[in-house]
Amino acid sequence: MSGVLPIALEDSVKIISVMTHTVKEYIALMELHSNVSENKLREIVEMFVGDIYQRPPLRSSVKRSLRIRKIHEIEILDHVERWVLMRVKTDPGTYIRKLIHDIGLLLGVGAHMRELRRIKTGIFTEDLNMITLHQLSEAVYLYNEEKDETLLRKYVMPIEYGVAHLPKIFINTYAVDPVSRGAQLAVPGVLMFDKNIRRGDLIAIFTPKSELVAIARAEMNSEEILSRDKGIVSTTLRVIMKPGVYPRWTRKISDEKAAAGI
Amino acid sequence: MKTVFKDQFEFIRYLDMLGGRSSEYYVKREEKDFSYGIFPWEREIKEHLRLGIINLDKPPGPTSHEVAAWIKKMLALSKVGHAGTLEY
Repeated sequence: MSGVLPIALEDSVKIISVMTHTVKEYIALMELHSNVSENKLREIVEMFVGDIYQRPPLRSSVKRSLRIRKIHEIEILDHVERWVLMRVKTDPGTYIRKLIHDIGLLLGVGAHMRELRRIKTGIFTEDLNMITLHQLSEAVYLYNEEKDETLLRKYVMPIEYGVAHLPKIFINTYAVDPVSRGAQLAVPGVLMFDKNIRRGDLIAIFTPKSELVAIARAEMNSEEILSRDKGIVSTTLRVIMKPGVYPRWTRKISDEKAAAGI
Repeated sequence: MKTVFKDQFEFIRYLDMLGGRSSEYYVKREEKDFSYGIFPWEREIKEHLRLGIINLDKPPGPTSHEVAAWIKKMLALSKVGHAGTLEY
């Protein structure tokens, strides 16, 4: 199986769970075990769009209990004799091999998956800076042997891309250090925030320079953050920024700010 | 793909666009002190790798796990992970 596989380097590994639970899109080649009419094929395939029950296959990395997964779209791209090329858009954790097996059962002729290529997971598509292992090894060679980092810099994206799909909150300079030590975020630390935050949402916390500080769970919705002067905005779940990059909040700074009327 | 940005606002608008978000914000107050930290697109290369993501076109054959291990070795990093296996 080939296609889009986001790779997280070093500290980016911390946001893998956030990057994984996103909608996926595949191109799959199904081989039918006998010919079926175009109409029958379309009719049966249509039945698999929506919520389906699926038991993970024998060879899988999760518990094999019956699960409900949502198939967002199935588009038949081509159908020649026993070959069917299709584009499938699904929830995470859907097994395409199993889906195709089940389509074959309902068609009454049997089917199996011959080829699979992932074309999208979350924000990562074939068009977003996708590279091959070969390209990467070239970039690494240039960097190690020629001290030329241009390609490597271009191929590697900053961690912030991995949270592009989350609502974002920007916090002030003095709120960064506490949050990077795991503290909750309080209203006075907030600069700017997404208008569509709901309580319980997974959110991404950013510095004024748009560096990712942490992943957190919202304890207020956007209107509450806007209207309140104090209180807890979010509970920090996963810290990405190392402590000590931004200044520590001290009584002295607090007094200086008060004196300056900030 | 964009790799350099004018300021944090352009960067965030770009991320929100990629993430399919409307990019509408409430501004509660503004920061005047920009003396700390570094813009994500200006990190020196070691930092850029430490906080990096690669969108790999995985070849058929090796497992996602094997591919991640190769990249770890190639870049001489201590940790590399992949988002969502691509085996079955």
